Amino acid sequence: MKSYDVVVVGGGPAGLAAAISLRKNGIDDILILERDQELGGILNQCIHNGFGLHTFQEELTGPEYAWRFIRQVEELGIVYKLNTMVLSISPEKVIRAMNREEGLFDIQAKAVILAMGCRERSRGALNIPGYRPAGIFSAGTAQRLVNIEGYLPGREVVILGSGDIGLIMARRMTLEGAKVKVVAELMPYSGGLKRNIVQCLDDYDIPLKLSHTVLEIKGKERLEGVTLGKVDPQGKLIPGTEEFYSCDTLLLSVGLIPENEISRGMGVEMNEVTSGPKVNESLETNIEGVFACGNVLHVHDLVDFVSQEAEMAGKNAAAYVKAHGRRDDKGQVIALTPGEGLRYTVPETLRVTHMDDKLKIRFRVRDVYKNCYVSTYFDRERVMHKKHQILAPGEMEEVTLTRDLLLLYPKLKTIAIRIEED
Amino acid sequence: MYDIMIIGGGVSGAACARELSRYKVKICVIEKEEDVCCGTSKANSAIVHGGFDAATGSLKAKLNVRGNEKMGQLAEELDFPFRRTGSLVICLNQDELPKLQELYERGIDNGVRDLCILNREETLKMEPNLTDQVYAALYAPTAGIVCPFGLNIALAENAYTNGVEFKFDTEVKEVRKLNEGYELHTTQGIFQTRYVVNAAGIYADRLHNMVSKKKIKITPRRGEYCLLDKEAGDYVSRTIFSLPGKLGKGILVTPTVHGNLLIGPTAMDVEDREGTNTTAEGLKQVIEKAGMSVKELPARQVITSFAGLRAHEEHDDFIIGEVEDAKGFIDCAGIESPGIASCPAIGEMVAELLRDKMKLEEKEDFIPTRKGILNPNTLGKEERNVLIRHNPAYGNMICRCEMITEGEIVDAISRPLGAKSLDGVKRRTRAGMGRCQSGFCMPRTMEILARELNQSMPTITKSGGQSQVLAGRNKNEKL
Amino acid sequence: METKHLICINCPMGCPLTVEMNGEEVVRVKGNTCKRGEVYGRKEVTFPTRMITSTVRVVDGISSVVSVKTREAIPKGKIFDGMKELKGIKIKAPIQIGDVILANLADTGIDVIATKNVEKR
Repeated sequence: MKSYDVVVVGGGPAGLAAAISLRKNGIDDILILERDQELGGILNQCIHNGFGLHTFQEELTGPEYAWRFIRQVEELGIVYKLNTMVLSISPEKVIRAMNREEGLFDIQAKAVILAMGCRERSRGALNIPGYRPAGIFSAGTAQRLVNIEGYLPGREVVILGSGDIGLIMARRMTLEGAKVKVVAELMPYSGGLKRNIVQCLDDYDIPLKLSHTVLEIKGKERLEGVTLGKVDPQGKLIPGTEEFYSCDTLLLSVGLIPENEISRGMGVEMNEVTSGPKVNESLETNIEGVFACGNVLHVHDLVDFVSQEAEMAGKNAAAYVKAHGRRDDKGQVIALTPGEGLRYTVPETLRVTHMDDKLKIRFRVRDVYKNCYVSTYFDRERVMHKKHQILAPGEMEEVTLTRDLLLLYPKLKTIAIRIEED
Repeated sequence: MYDIMIIGGGVSGAACARELSRYKVKICVIEKEEDVCCGTSKANSAIVHGGFDAATGSLKAKLNVRGNEKMGQLAEELDFPFRRTGSLVICLNQDELPKLQELYERGIDNGVRDLCILNREETLKMEPNLTDQVYAALYAPTAGIVCPFGLNIALAENAYTNGVEFKFDTEVKEVRKLNEGYELHTTQGIFQTRYVVNAAGIYADRLHNMVSKKKIKITPRRGEYCLLDKEAGDYVSRTIFSLPGKLGKGILVTPTVHGNLLIGPTAMDVEDREGTNTTAEGLKQVIEKAGMSVKELPARQVITSFAGLRAHEEHDDFIIGEVEDAKGFIDCAGIESPGIASCPAIGEMVAELLRDKMKLEEKEDFIPTRKGILNPNTLGKEERNVLIRHNPAYGNMICRCEMITEGEIVDAISRPLGAKSLDGVKRRTRAGMGRCQSGFCMPRTMEILARELNQSMPTITKSGGQSQVLAGRNKNEKL
Repeated sequence: METKHLICINCPMGCPLTVEMNGEEVVRVKGNTCKRGEVYGRKEVTFPTRMITSTVRVVDGISSVVSVKTREAIPKGKIFDGMKELKGIKIKAPIQIGDVILANLADTGIDVIATKNVEKR
C-alpha cells in the first residue's frame, strides 16, 4: 500500500490552502485527492468578483483566486490526483479512492485533512409540494451550467432563498438574457451578504420578498409557474397573500450542507448544528490526526476565511506528523459553548497548551441583532464585551482569544460566547 | 398487422409482453411516454405484499399470492433487486386485535404461508423503533420489497430481447373494431392488430369503453410519499403497515431495496389523470401518520417527495380477461395495489389466456434470463479493478451520493430500450436519486446522454416530451 | 438638501450610508466606518460603476467557455451594452488568465480579460 504523511481530501479552496500550509510547515509527503477534473473546487464556477479582499487586498474572481493557490501548489511540487473519488476512509486512516487510470486503490496516511466542501439543500429537503417538472435547479447547479458549460437553464426565473449563490445567479442569469422575476426568502431577513443584495438584486430591480415561500409548483413537463405566499413569524401561510408567478425556472438557494458522509463513515463525531465535525483548537476531530477545514467543517460565506482556516489545519496537521502522530490531551481542555443568541462555535474545545498566541473562534448568530454586544464569558466571568451595530445569521462572526489571557485562568472549564442587549 | 398490441409499458404491460414473448407471435407494446415505467409503476410503495389483505376469492388475492411466489425466481432470472424482508401489520390496542385476527384468517384462506400473530414483546424485538404503543402485529415473512423500476425495465428488456417491439411517445387516441382485430389510432399513426391487451393503467377504462358497451370506471387515487436519506434506511427492517382503512392499506413505513426509508401513501381520489402533484396537506399527513407507527421518525432526513396515481376500479378488484362484447380485446385493468406483487402472475394469466385462444406455439429459442446493469459496488476490489482496466468509465464516478459511475450510465443508455432522458438514467442506475437529488451529477449525466445519443445538450430532457432541461446557450447565442 | 441612502458594498460589513447632496454636489457621507465607505458613497451617487463578469465561448479548448471580467469597473449604465458586445465572441484556446478577450468594451476604454486558463484540447 502506498503511504503519505498527509492526504488532503478535496482540492478546492480549503484543500489547496491546507496543502500549501503543510508544505510551508515542513511536510513534503502530501497528496491531494480531487474528484473534479481540475483543482479549485467550487471557485471555478464562481466567476463573479469579490474574492480575496482579506487575503490579497484586491478583488478577484473565483477562478483567479483559485489560480493563486493552484500556482503555488504547482510551484511547491505538491502531488495531486484529479478525477479521483474518495470512497471511504477507515479509522486507521486508510483511504480508498478510485479513478479511471488506477482503478480502486488504498493509501495509508499518517494524517488526513478533510476538505470536501458542502452540497446544496435540495427541493426534497424543503418538501415543496406540487409536480416535479424540469426547470427546478439548485442555484449551484444552475451556476455550473451557466458558468462552466455556457448554457442558460431558463428564461423566466423565480429564486427561492436569498443565499449568496441565489443572489449571484439572479445577476448572472439577468446578464445572460433571462428575466429574474423575484427572489423569495422564507426568513424575515436575507441569508446573503448585503453587497450581493445591492449589486445583484437592486441594480437590476429584482424584488426581494422577505417572509415568502413557494407554496406550489405548476407544470408537468417543464415548469410553468410557482405560487408564492407570505408567512407569519411562525412560518404559517397568511391566507390571501398567495400570488402566482409564471416562470420556466425555479432556482433554490436554501442552504448548504457540509458533505460528511466519508467523515461519518470513519467515525468522526459530528456537531448537529453545523453538520460538520466537532473539532478542537487545532481543527482536529475526535480521531487523532484527522483534521477538517472549510465548508466541510462549517459553511462559510467568505473564501478568505476558508483559506485562513485551512492554513491553520495544515499547520496543525504538520505539527501532528512531526510529533510522530501523538496527540496530547492531558492538560487543560476548555469547552466552548454557544450561549444566548449563538447557533454554534468552531472550535468546540480548546487546549491552551496547543494554541497559538491568538485563536479565532468563529460562530453564527441565531437572528438579526442590532446595537448589541458580543460577550465572552470565562466560566461566570465576562472577559470581553464588544459592541456591534448589526449581527446577522448570514454573516459569520468571530472572537479572538489570546493565549496570554487564557494563561491567567488555569482552572478555566468553559468559555461561552453570547449576544447581550445594551 | 400485429398479432398482439399491448397498450401500456408499465409493470402489467411489460409482464404480459415478457410472458407472451415465449410464443411465436408478433407483439408490439405501445407507450404514450418516452420510456417504460412512467405511470403508476414508477410511483408506488414497491412492496411485494404477502397477500392477506384482498378479499378471498378475488383476483387480487389470487394473483398476489401467486405473484409473490413467482417473484423470487423472476428476480433471479431477470436480475432486478428484490428482498423478501417480511411485513408487519401493527395494532395499537386490544380493541384492534380482532381486526388483526381477521387479516390473519383471510391470509390463511388466501393461501399465504407462514403468517403469525406476534405479541408486543415479539414485535418490538423484531422492530425496536416501532411506537411504544404497539400491542400486537401480524407478521408475514413472505412479503418483500422490490425495485419497481428494476422490475418493470427488466421485464421490458427481456421481452424486447425475445422479439417484442416497443413504440414510445405513442398515445392511443381511438380504438376501432375491425372485422378481424382492431385498429389503433395513435399520435404516431394507425396500427392494426388481431388482439389488444389493455394495460393502460389509469386510462384503461377509457380504452375499454371505446370498444365495450359494458362500461368500467377507473378513479385515479393519489398516493403521496416521502423518501428519506439512507442514513434513516435501517430505521425499520420490514415493511410496517398500520391496520387497513377504507381507501387502502394506510400509511406504511418501509425500507427500500436500495437502503432508503419510504413513508406513505395517502389516498385521495382526484379528477386529473395526470395529477401526480404532491400537496402540502398530503405530505403533512404522510409524516404525521408514519410518525404514529414508529417513534421519533427522522423526518428531517426527507430527501424527496412524490405522488403516484392508483388505478382504482369501483368494484375493488383487478379486471383481467377478454371483454365480453369485444372479442380479442383483453383487459388488464384496475391494477392498483397489490399490482407490483401480482405482475408476474398477471403476465402469466394473460399469456395463458392468449396462448389458448390463439393456439400459440412456444419458441425454441426463448431467452428467459436478462442481465441487469452491473453495479460495481457489489464487486470486490480485484474484480472491480479488472472491470475498470477493461472499461475505465467504471472508474469515473458521476453520482457521488449513490456512487454511480460513467460505465453504468453508458450501459443504461446503450442497452436495449435504453435511457433517453435524465429520469430514464435515474430509474435504471439511481444516478441523481440520492441525497443531493442530482445537484452535482445532473450536468455530467446530461453530457453523457448528449454524447451517447449524439444530441446537443439543450435537447436533453428530464423525462421526454417538452421537459428540456436547458433553454439554450448563454446570451441566447445560436447552438 | 437632498439625502440618498445606500449600503456600502466594499466589504461584508455593509455599512448603511447616508449621502447628503446639494444638487449634483456631495456635501457629506455619513454611516461609513472606513475611508472606503466615503469614497464609495461619493462615487455611487455621482458616477456609479460595476465590474462585469461573464463567459465567452472557446474553440478547441478543454472547456467550452472561459470566464471573463472587465479589467476595471465600467459605468453602470453600460452594463447591457457591454453584454451585447460579448455576444457571439469565440476565442481560440489556449487562453491565459489576463489575456485580452475584447478591447475597449462598449467604448468605455476598458478591456475584457480572461479570468481562467483554458488549455488546448
